[in-house]
Amino acid sequence: MNKALRYIFLGVVLAIMSGPLVVVCGVSLNAKKRLFFPPEGLSLRWYVELLTQSEWLIPVKNSLTIATSSSCIALSIALPLAYFLWRYRVFYARALFTLGISPFILPPVITALGFLSFWVTTGLYGKMIATMISHAIFFVTLPLVTIALGFESIDPAIVEAAETMGADSRTVFRTVIFPMVRPYMISGYAFAFVLSLNEYIVAYMVAGFTVETLPIKIFNALRYGYTPVMASVTVVFVLLAALIFGLIGRFGDLPKLLGALNPENN
Amino acid sequence: MIGEKPRGLRAHLPVIYPALMLGIFFVVPFGTMVAVSFFHRQPGAFYLPGFELGNYRALYTALFGRVLVFSLFLAGLSAAVCVSLGFPFTYFITRMQRRAQVVWLVILLSVLSLSEVIIGFARSLLLSRTAGLSNLLVWLGLMDQPASWSPGFMALLLGICYLAFPYTVLVLYPPLSRLDPARPEAALTLGASPLRTFFTVVVGSLRNAIVAAFVMVFVFTLGAYLLPQLLGRPQHWTLSVLITDQAIYQSNMPLSAAMAIFFMAVSLLLVALTMYAGQEKRAAGP
Repeated sequence: MNKALRYIFLGVVLAIMSGPLVVVCGVSLNAKKRLFFPPEGLSLRWYVELLTQSEWLIPVKNSLTIATSSSCIALSIALPLAYFLWRYRVFYARALFTLGISPFILPPVITALGFLSFWVTTGLYGKMIATMISHAIFFVTLPLVTIALGFESIDPAIVEAAETMGADSRTVFRTVIFPMVRPYMISGYAFAFVLSLNEYIVAYMVAGFTVETLPIKIFNALRYGYTPVMASVTVVFVLLAALIFGLIGRFGDLPKLLGALNPENN
Repeated sequence: MIGEKPRGLRAHLPVIYPALMLGIFFVVPFGTMVAVSFFHRQPGAFYLPGFELGNYRALYTALFGRVLVFSLFLAGLSAAVCVSLGFPFTYFITRMQRRAQVVWLVILLSVLSLSEVIIGFARSLLLSRTAGLSNLLVWLGLMDQPASWSPGFMALLLGICYLAFPYTVLVLYPPLSRLDPARPEAALTLGASPLRTFFTVVVGSLRNAIVAAFVMVFVFTLGAYLLPQLLGRPQHWTLSVLITDQAIYQSNMPLSAAMAIFFMAVSLLLVALTMYAGQEKRAAGP
């Protein structure tokens, strides 16, 4: 009885979560330029349009460029900071870590407005580089937290063993520490990448009128007339996110990345 | 080597670049925003440097007050819905096999990463007349003809809960998965019903985690910006919408910066109060 109730509850939540996606998926298959569900006629023409019309291709390219480079910058900030924090436990490293987490905790509109006033003052408002750096700072939390977790998982005895055998600190980092932290770096990069692809308000505030990313394009399309291409973009996005997180789940330790069973907190 | 004090410039080398990046691109922008909130508005341009409190005085209007109260109410309500549904949900997930847990986490992360635009679009479709849920009800014979349920307050609340639910689960996941399974088992062995065990042992021992999750979700939903525009009517627009509108469309950066800072102060105050109340409760409790 109790078990049945539990499954019903889980099933209802799953249905509510996937409901909108099912409708969107159906709409994207409409044969005519109408948003019907169930779809009238089946065709993949809206997926073809997404990949051939420059109206959609440019935002796709912008979003991919921004997501790729901003997560690289985020990673480059997070890795040395997490390393420093792990190796030397000093208060200013803790303070920097807190600083790196705060963009994610504040309401995004506040961070976005900060970026806007900064880029207006420096004259880079409306440039793609502004969006890249803003996204890198906005999402630095994700690689920072995952990589810090990676460093925590290293057994100090292994590092000591390497040092006793005569390795200098550069060699220890290159041959022992780095390989152990690498999976966490990849996950952190993937988290930042997916969220950057989907981010709207920072990209809009910083360069919304000149650098159109995909979410901005979808919102503009929503305002000025619906087209099933929006639905096909959504489907591609969901599949991409599911693929990336699925790979992390398959090859990485997803429960641990999300904070499960950390032995020191037990 | 781990835990020692860094000596000399060489040891500090790795931290210089992150410190510079965070300083220049986070602390300085934040400071700029604080400064701009005291600047003078220049019609046609963004602002003129100066110092005046007029922007903060301009906040004292009925519209701003109404929008602030509505934003806080909406965030509080959706956080309450998300936490009360998310808590049992997360508990069930953490008691599953590891493989099943991974599958659920992948689904949650995929939904979490969805842009507000996409969620708003999907929700408005689901509640629309041509492609929505009402068509299903008509087909089942429960309704006479399809209806449009969006925009409206319920549509907005649904959308925000949809946005925040995966986040809630991920916030609750660490404390729940660390809960010692022996505790609920002991209660069951001693004869408590499963429902009673859940409410007294599981909820009871994680009260602080629940308060913390409520606060996190509250702040998270305060940030919703697109959903109020896509799923709500103009009277449902939140402070995030008002701030962006002032900054981008009215080109009044000083006023929007003042709004943002006031907004942040109010939300931080509420967070602090909630945290404080949570601790009081723990001190008073058994």
